[in-house]
Amino acid sequence: MQKIGVFVCHCGTNIAGTVDVAAVAEALGKLPGVAVAADYPYMCSESGQKMIRDAIREKELGGVVICSCSPRMHEATFRKAAAAEGLNPYLVEIANIREQDSWIHRDRAEATEKAIVLGKAAIEKVKRNAPLTAGESPVVKRALVIGGGIAGIQTALDIAEAGFPVDIVEKEPTIGGKMAQLDKTFPTLDCAACILTPKMVECAQNEKIRIFSYSEVSKVSGFVGNFRVTIRRKARYVDETKCTGCGECTEKCPQKKVPNSFNLGLDNRRAIYIPFAQAVPKVATIDADWCNMLKNGKCGVCAKVCGAGAIDYKQKDTFIEEEYGAIVAATGFRPISLSRYEEYAYGLSRDVVTSLELERLMNAAGPTGGTLLRPSDGKHPHTVVFVQCVGSRCEDGKGKSYCSKICCMYTAKHAMLIREKYPDTEVYVFTIDVRTPGKNFDEFYRRAVEEYGVHYIKGMVGKVLPEPDGSLTVRASDLIANEQLKLSADLVVLAAAVEPDPSARPLATLLTASMDTNDFFTEAHPKLRPVESPTAGVFLSGACQGPKDIPETVAQAGAAAAKVIGLLAKDKLVGNPCVAHSDEMLCNGCSSCEKVCPYGAIHYEEKEFRGPNRTVLKRRVAAVNAAVCQGCGACTVACPSGAMDLHGFSNSQIMAEVDAICR
Amino acid sequence: MQELMKARAAALLSEGKVNRVLGWAAGEFVYDVTPTVFESREELERDFVYSPFCGANLSKYLVKEARKEGKILVFLKPCDSFSFAQLVKEHRIPREKVYAVGVECYGKTDATALRSLGITGIVGAAEQYGALTLNTLNGERRVTVAEAMLEKCKSCKTKEHRLCDELLGEEGEPVSDCSRFEEVEKVEAMTPEERFAFFRGELSRCIRCNACRDVCPACTCETCVFDNPASGIAQKAAADPFEENLYHIIRAFHVAGRCTDCGECTRVCPQRIPLHLLNRKFIKDINEFYGPYQAGDDPETPSPLTDWKPDDVEPGSAVRKGGRA
Repeated sequence: MQKIGVFVCHCGTNIAGTVDVAAVAEALGKLPGVAVAADYPYMCSESGQKMIRDAIREKELGGVVICSCSPRMHEATFRKAAAAEGLNPYLVEIANIREQDSWIHRDRAEATEKAIVLGKAAIEKVKRNAPLTAGESPVVKRALVIGGGIAGIQTALDIAEAGFPVDIVEKEPTIGGKMAQLDKTFPTLDCAACILTPKMVECAQNEKIRIFSYSEVSKVSGFVGNFRVTIRRKARYVDETKCTGCGECTEKCPQKKVPNSFNLGLDNRRAIYIPFAQAVPKVATIDADWCNMLKNGKCGVCAKVCGAGAIDYKQKDTFIEEEYGAIVAATGFRPISLSRYEEYAYGLSRDVVTSLELERLMNAAGPTGGTLLRPSDGKHPHTVVFVQCVGSRCEDGKGKSYCSKICCMYTAKHAMLIREKYPDTEVYVFTIDVRTPGKNFDEFYRRAVEEYGVHYIKGMVGKVLPEPDGSLTVRASDLIANEQLKLSADLVVLAAAVEPDPSARPLATLLTASMDTNDFFTEAHPKLRPVESPTAGVFLSGACQGPKDIPETVAQAGAAAAKVIGLLAKDKLVGNPCVAHSDEMLCNGCSSCEKVCPYGAIHYEEKEFRGPNRTVLKRRVAAVNAAVCQGCGACTVACPSGAMDLHGFSNSQIMAEVDAICR
Repeated sequence: MQELMKARAAALLSEGKVNRVLGWAAGEFVYDVTPTVFESREELERDFVYSPFCGANLSKYLVKEARKEGKILVFLKPCDSFSFAQLVKEHRIPREKVYAVGVECYGKTDATALRSLGITGIVGAAEQYGALTLNTLNGERRVTVAEAMLEKCKSCKTKEHRLCDELLGEEGEPVSDCSRFEEVEKVEAMTPEERFAFFRGELSRCIRCNACRDVCPACTCETCVFDNPASGIAQKAAADPFEENLYHIIRAFHVAGRCTDCGECTRVCPQRIPLHLLNRKFIKDINEFYGPYQAGDDPETPSPLTDWKPDDVEPGSAVRKGGRA
């Protein structure tokens, strides 16, 4: 009979407060095969570990069960302690009596009984454990950053700085992202382009960084250290290597009616375009939806005027395949669509704009050359009303339940800038409340109120009505004065909630990275592993993980880069020995496992087997690539014949656990 | 039809295109038809039959037969061809080793049903235009095919073949008014207690002869879980009658998503247990949860149970739906 040691942790009062740990140790100590059972205040402490090590040595234990916290916390600690005494670390099992027991139960008797049951299950499992040895896999020393906004740019720069090559994949023709569209940034009011474009240029100049603009990730396979990624380079109909970015084509293109997406459709551009003057790469792109040459073969002006001969109407999408050790998701955010907010007359009046549109209306490179003018008639607005939380903190199902975090601050910035430039303009801000947690944030907001005379009103806008004279009537409530307000405004600015960029969802599927219900990427641990995704080798940077302002985004981008550098600096990764394997005698070769394997770890072989009467049978059987397998177990449940099994979590172990629980 | 099939099989044999022929042979009684492998023209001439009693689905025999040297010809009725296609999809049959000939079928006859109509001593049977003429020791009797149809043929889903190399006779069409889920709906309409009692009652007749498993084209595991000593359930003495019933529930789960609803389980059950109800409930649920899916319909579409799509039904709602009275 195997000798098993059982160690029950008090975890201070975390466990002992609800579970009678001594009773658990006593009950488990009586079970067949258990050679020693003890409890101790902190099993993970040096002396707790020593207790385990002494027992392994003195009682010659063949298996250890620790009744303590989640294996995600201290499994590694106890495995190392066992290994130090020469016991295979995979002969240690954790019974989670904290997260799955003491923390969720109040009744001491019930919790104690459950702890005993969980302990029994772990004992039955450890009896069936086999010693396992982890394999190693090499690391490809190159990183992929998906998204070329400020998050992706900063992550790429930091990784390149450490000496590792990085590729940025950006779906737009230029990197820069949302920050390139901003005018000024809070709380310092420095110009966004002035601080962003040097970083963009740095990316372009850094030898370690390659930028794949106008490109998308179309396929991802492999695993941490060894990802294989296919990148689709969309046809831009311009040869990137020849185009000098002179802009001649963008001046001469006769198609002038294309809504300018960089200026959010507030003005028009040509069918061939460079999004903005500081674009990186500074290469023209033809908008295939609008180009006459591509649509009906009539035009060809850009090809004629291009001195470099860069125009290529026959260009096709190309695919490149590259290997990476780590992948960073930096897909960013976008403002939500306001089509469901008819009460604010967005779409009915051109003078109701979103905050991002206002950024363009105030930017020197924007449609108005930096002078704040009403989109409808080009006149100076004299009363501007800001509406906060449009779609944020929304419980009616129309918007988002979360706080978009950046709106309070950028609205204070907008209000301040308008009052600064146009002191004759009255500015009203309607808020649920003003949230200013951040360095110098509250001071900034107070300057807006106290020095710039912005009228902050606690209360929400109920309706915006466009009037025949071109003005906008704003009906709102003032909760402090307890009265209904009716204002006549020239311009209404809506602080639309932010949401993850829609490209994040399909990317998460490709990366097998998990997302929350709002489509923000989930962290491996919300506090302790905030820049890692639960999928090994996939990291998170910027607003794709949650709403963030620029300083936070840059900080997180650097943190993600540090994690990537830590990974790429390793020559070998120690694998997980808890991988699947196939029993060839049972395998039907049906391909069920191959089809469910998210890592492409299973392939098939024709093998010869002994048949009856000295015959040889050839059969198709599954084989697992242990380096690729992540031990998720999907194959073991898909297998119709029970041929697939997982080391460390075998079907018989799980059945034994269930039996132990039910007995 | 029988002569046409015999001639075609003989021709392919002598041309050397196939080495063996999988068909049906007459048994001791005319209604006692047995799946048989024929290796020569003479054997074909002597024993081959295609009669109203050829209900047996031949596709499962191919798993073993196609492993042997050479190519084998198989005759497939429309429903059998789904099983064949499903087995090819699961790589259980190498497609290139089989020459599949589709044969028309308008419903096969259940000898037991004839007996309950008082027709005994049958020595010959012929079918034409939906009428069945039976030679019996007591003289000729005539019934309609529908009157004495096999359980599985009553809920025929299609007369159209899948995955065949050639076709003898006319290709049919899907049965537009197929009402095979009505029986399931009746069971669904029961209260959980009634349903439990219904299945306990039906399954109480089971003698564990394993005929349903042995005939099932979805049950082709190299080692069946009920025969695998490592599984913990092989040769296990049942602790109580309910544990005995679990055999059928485990089997239904094992074939879920792969069962083509060929109905062989019910056809071969000597205790006349409506086993197809369990499988058909799974098929109905799959259709309702993931959209219409027919196992063996085509070799590409992944089975919804081993595939994941972002808009798949959430487990919570599946439980709610499945749990409805």
